[in-house]
Amino acid sequence: MSNIDVSPPRLAHVKAELFPPARKQYRILAFASKYPNVIVGTLLLLIVIALSIFAPWLGTTDPTLIAPTRRTRPPSSDSWFGTDMLGRDLYSRVLYGGRVSLIVGFSVAILASSIGLLVGLFAGFMRKADGPVMRVMDGLMSIPPILLAISLMALTQGSVGNVIIAVTIAEFPRVSRLTRGVVLSLRSQTYVEAAVAAGSRIPTIVLRHILPNAVAPLVVQSTYICASAMIVEAILSFIGAGVPPIIPSWGNIMSEGRALWQLRPHLIFIPALFLSMTVLAINLLGDGLRDALDPKGAAHV
Amino acid sequence: MIGYILRRLLAAIPVMAIVAFFVFSLLYLAPGDPAAIIAGDHASPEQIAQLRVTLGLDRPFLTRFVSWVWALLHGDLGTSIFTNLPITTLIAQRLEPTLSLMAITLVLALLIAIPMGALAAWRAGSLLDRLVMTTAVVGFSAPVFVIGYVLDYIFAIQLRWVPVQGYAPIEGGLGPWFRSLIVPSAALGIVYIALIARITRAAVLEVLSQDYIRTARAKGVGSGSILFVHALRNASVPIVTVVGIGIALLIGGAVVTETVFAIPGLGRLTVDSVLRRDYPVIQGVILLFSFAYVLINLIIDVSYTFLDPRIRY
Repeated sequence: MSNIDVSPPRLAHVKAELFPPARKQYRILAFASKYPNVIVGTLLLLIVIALSIFAPWLGTTDPTLIAPTRRTRPPSSDSWFGTDMLGRDLYSRVLYGGRVSLIVGFSVAILASSIGLLVGLFAGFMRKADGPVMRVMDGLMSIPPILLAISLMALTQGSVGNVIIAVTIAEFPRVSRLTRGVVLSLRSQTYVEAAVAAGSRIPTIVLRHILPNAVAPLVVQSTYICASAMIVEAILSFIGAGVPPIIPSWGNIMSEGRALWQLRPHLIFIPALFLSMTVLAINLLGDGLRDALDPKGAAHV
Repeated sequence: MIGYILRRLLAAIPVMAIVAFFVFSLLYLAPGDPAAIIAGDHASPEQIAQLRVTLGLDRPFLTRFVSWVWALLHGDLGTSIFTNLPITTLIAQRLEPTLSLMAITLVLALLIAIPMGALAAWRAGSLLDRLVMTTAVVGFSAPVFVIGYVLDYIFAIQLRWVPVQGYAPIEGGLGPWFRSLIVPSAALGIVYIALIARITRAAVLEVLSQDYIRTARAKGVGSGSILFVHALRNASVPIVTVVGIGIALLIGGAVVTETVFAIPGLGRLTVDSVLRRDYPVIQGVILLFSFAYVLINLIIDVSYTFLDPRIRY
C-alpha cells in the first residue's frame, strides 16, 4: 500500500530528461546483470545445441561403428573420451546422443504445453466439463510420471516417437491445471467480464485477454517440462524402456556403461555430465525467466 | 473433524477409480495388438493366441474390467505372466527394501532440508543463502542416477566405506542394513532435499516479515527460538504439502536408484517386468504406488488442521 506514486504528472518531462530511455545495447547489458541465470543458461544450452547439430563436423566418427579390437580404451588423443565395451568412440556417441535428449526435451515441452493449454482452456471455460476433466487430470497426476511413462513404454515398441508420446502424456496434466487456474482467475477480472457483457465470443476472449496473460507462466512451465522430459528420457533409456539400444542417447550410453562401472567409471560420468549440464542450463533459463517475467514473486522463491 | 476426514476419504475414491481405470485401459489404448507386443518378436501365433486368453483380451472390455476390479477389491492383483506367481506375493517379497530406502531417504531429507531452508531464509541474500539456493538448483538438475554413480564412486569405490552395490536385509542387523542403504538414500534424497529446502526458504521468508515475529524479537526472544519455534511452526503448511507432493519424486527415483545400486525392491521388480514384458506386474506395482501416493497426500491434507488450528473445515 505504501508504493502509490504521488509524484505530480508535470514532473514527467523532468524525469524523462534525467533518465533518458536506455539505448538497446545498454538494456541488454542491464538485463544480463539483473538476471545472470538467463544468460548463463542460454549460453550453456546454445553450446549443447551447437555440439549436437554440428556433431558430424567436430571430429566425430560413426557413433554406431563397432570395432572389437579397440574395446574399452581409456581417453587418448585418438578418441578423446575413450571407447566403450564394443569399441565405439565415446566422444562421437556423446555428441550424437545430445540430439535425442534435445529432440525429446523440446518436442515434449511444445506438445505438453499445447495439449495442456487446450485442456486447461476447455476446463476453464466450460463450467460443466470442469469437474470431470479436472478429476481425470487429478487421476493422471496421482500416477508418478516416471512410472506412467514406463508403463506406456512397456506396451509399445521402443522408439524416439513413442518416448515423446509417453512423456507428453505424463507431463501435460500439470500444464492443464496451471492454465485452468489462470483462466479462472482472469474470468473474474472486470475487463473480461466487460468483454463477455459486450458480447465477445469465446475465441476472441481467449485470444485477446486470456492468452497474453497465460504466456508468461506457460513459458516458464514449459522450460521445466523440457528439463524434466530429458531426465525421464534418460531414465527410460537407462532402464531399457526408452529409445532402442542402437540409437546413441545419453541414457543408453550410461546403461551400457553399467557393465564396466567399477573399471571404467568415465563411460558413465561423461554422458552423465553432459545430461546434467543440459538440464542445469534449462533450469537456470527457467528460473531466470520466472524472475524476469514476475518481478513480484522473484523475491520469495 | 471426523466428518471432514470422511468427506476427504470419499473424495479420494473417484480419483483412485480413475487411476485404476486408466492403468487397466492402457492395455487397450496401446497401438497394435498388445498380446503380440508383450509376447515379443519371436513368438508363434499360437503363443500370441494363448497370451491373449491369459490377459483376458478375448473377452469384452467391460466384462474384463468388472472382474478385474472385483478381484482388486478382494486384494487380488492377478498373476504374473512370467513367473506365474500371484502379483501380491511378488510385491510382498520386494516391499522391505523399497520401504527401507524410502524411510531413510525421508528422514535424511527432512533433517537436512528444513534447517537448510530455514537458515537460508534467516540470512536471506547472504553468502549462505546463495550457497543453499545454488546447491538446490544443481540438485534439481543432476538426475538421480548421476548423483547415485558419483556418490557410489566416492564412498564405495574410492573410500571403500560402504558396499558398492546390493542390499542387506534388516534381519541381518541394523548396521549392515543402514550401511547398504545410506548412499542410495543420499542419492535418491538430493532432488527431494532441493525441493523441500526451496519451499522452506520461501515459506519461512514470508513468515519472518510478519508483525508477530517483530513482536517476539522486541520482547527479547532469541534468534534460534524465533526461527525454529515461531517461524517454522507457522511456515509448516506449505512445507508439509511439498513433502507430500515430493513423494512422487521418491517413487520414480526409487526405480532408478534400485537399478543403480542393485537393490531387490519394487523399483527393480518394475524394471525387470518391463524387460520381461510382464505387463500385469507393472500394472500392479503402478496401482500400488499411485494409491499410496493418493493416501499419503490425503493424510497430509487432513494434518493441516493440526498444524494450523486456524484451518477449520
